[in-house]
Amino acid sequence: MAEKILLNNIDRPGSERIDTYLSQGGYAALKKALETMKPEEVTKAVKASGLRGRGGAGFPTGLKWSFVPKAVPGPRYLCCNADEGEPGTFKDRVIIEKDPHLLLEGIAISCYALSVEKAYIYIRGEFVVGAEKLTAAISEAESKGYLGRNILGSGFSLDLHVHRGAGSYICGEETALLESLEGKRGHPRLKPPFPASVGLYGQPTVINNVETLANVPAIVARGAEWFASLGTKGSTGTKLFAVSGHVEKPGVYELPLGVSLRELLFEHAGGMRQGRKLKAVMPGGSSTPVITSEHLDVALDFDSLAAAGTMLGSGAVIVMDDTTCMVEVALRLTRFYKHESCGQCTPCREGLGWLEQLLEGLESGKAGPGDIELLLEVSSSISGKTLCPMGDAAVVPVESTVSRFREEYELHLREKRCPLAGSRAGVGQGPH
Amino acid sequence: MQRSSADGHLTERETLEERVEKRKFSEAALKEVESTTSSYPVTDSAILPLLHIAQREFGCVDEEAVRLIARTLDVEPLRVKETMSFYTMFDEKPRGKYLIEVCTNISCSLLGSDSLLGYLEERLKVPRGSTTPDGLVTLITVECLGSCGTAPVMSVNGEYHEGVTREKLDDLLREIGV
Repeated sequence: MAEKILLNNIDRPGSERIDTYLSQGGYAALKKALETMKPEEVTKAVKASGLRGRGGAGFPTGLKWSFVPKAVPGPRYLCCNADEGEPGTFKDRVIIEKDPHLLLEGIAISCYALSVEKAYIYIRGEFVVGAEKLTAAISEAESKGYLGRNILGSGFSLDLHVHRGAGSYICGEETALLESLEGKRGHPRLKPPFPASVGLYGQPTVINNVETLANVPAIVARGAEWFASLGTKGSTGTKLFAVSGHVEKPGVYELPLGVSLRELLFEHAGGMRQGRKLKAVMPGGSSTPVITSEHLDVALDFDSLAAAGTMLGSGAVIVMDDTTCMVEVALRLTRFYKHESCGQCTPCREGLGWLEQLLEGLESGKAGPGDIELLLEVSSSISGKTLCPMGDAAVVPVESTVSRFREEYELHLREKRCPLAGSRAGVGQGPH
Repeated sequence: MQRSSADGHLTERETLEERVEKRKFSEAALKEVESTTSSYPVTDSAILPLLHIAQREFGCVDEEAVRLIARTLDVEPLRVKETMSFYTMFDEKPRGKYLIEVCTNISCSLLGSDSLLGYLEERLKVPRGSTTPDGLVTLITVECLGSCGTAPVMSVNGEYHEGVTREKLDDLLREIGV
């Protein structure tokens, strides 16, 4: 079994409690950082480790930290993005519920590196249990001196709070998250300025994903070189892969970046359900282009997946067998994005409704000639024409399924029905 | 206060103000409100947390609750509503005793959330998006709950039910008295 960084503790009884965490050497990395490293040395180590953001974009973490200006007066903030909402993604929830202190230690070390004294964990509203566990863990850590005033007598203080979202996908976008944290509607901001210079309450702010921050204690404890020796050259470390859909053993698997899709699906996730045939995979959540069984040997890392025309995204691997209708997949996800559009940008707000209508037409046999071309035309009028990346993400299911399964779309058009209607549950009525 | 004037609007306004006057957070909630507001350097940040507290305390965030939050934070009621209306987790009117939220997003739909939803509609005799006439259950669909490895998933009053089957649904419905 490959080495684990993130899921070492989760199977221990009482894994969420501080005593369990301490018994496994927890908070030793924080102690090491505070006692033996200068803040800039921590940032240097994170840079040298090659750690890239685990929330979806894969931006180098150390580089992101280095964008925070040194000379700005007033406070600076760190926000941990725990708004796990990308369909197919359920990896951060494991850390939050089963090993919250790993996250807290990562946050504390990161805040020390960034000279941040106030930080927030923005957790999606639906994670009621997760919010409770984090709040309890923060109290435990404060009472033992790992958070709060003058941590371990170092003079460094950190005030950390849990802030619950309330049912909005877009608040996972970092500037929408900041707006939401400021008590406003979750409307993404125009960038630049980037949050590193103008973020929460107009102050310099770093926003990192749960899994990203949870890697920081191991980098400090065991060194950047060790971390960089795991995974591939451009994608160091391990990754939590959240496998869902038509496999025998769905779940969260921690494996080195660069593991093949074949190994993940067939050696870890138990292979295809009832031995059926693999049809399509979204390798990094619903916003990443589908790939097919031709790509089983692709290495799951940032660069290899980009070369295959898709993305690592959040590491949410959605697996579909040959009973799946790709038009229906596109329809479902389009409905999702339409529901979650914040409404600021016309192409996203209006265009997704048009895509939904066209896809409904195809799925119910009411589409006309030229509708597939129209789908692509509307998609290209949304992509790249919105304030935030959601416009680009929202058309991915449509564009990528048309590109890889054009024949299936043509068949819907020709037969004036869904050819796969009998092999699965019928199309729902849509959320609202 | 009732006014015997023909001005119906005025009468309603007076009684609303009386209702607003009477609406209070419980002692426990007040403590939570205090610690929440002190967590932020800016008052508005406490709007979302207070909306959560109100939703839990009163079963919904009605006009009285909006005014209570506004008064507590010293902001305009409209400011509270502006934020509230963006998010899906706050109800203006009370929901059923049990709120059943069924995920219909991609991973759950691949594993049959549609048929479960259909079965629930059949058993509850109401369509999704509505409440049973006796006020016992509100049935709605939601987007991805972040529990795709144990699809299909639904939430009952905030508690996740994972790997749902018809049998598990039958047990649950029996438990809550359907």
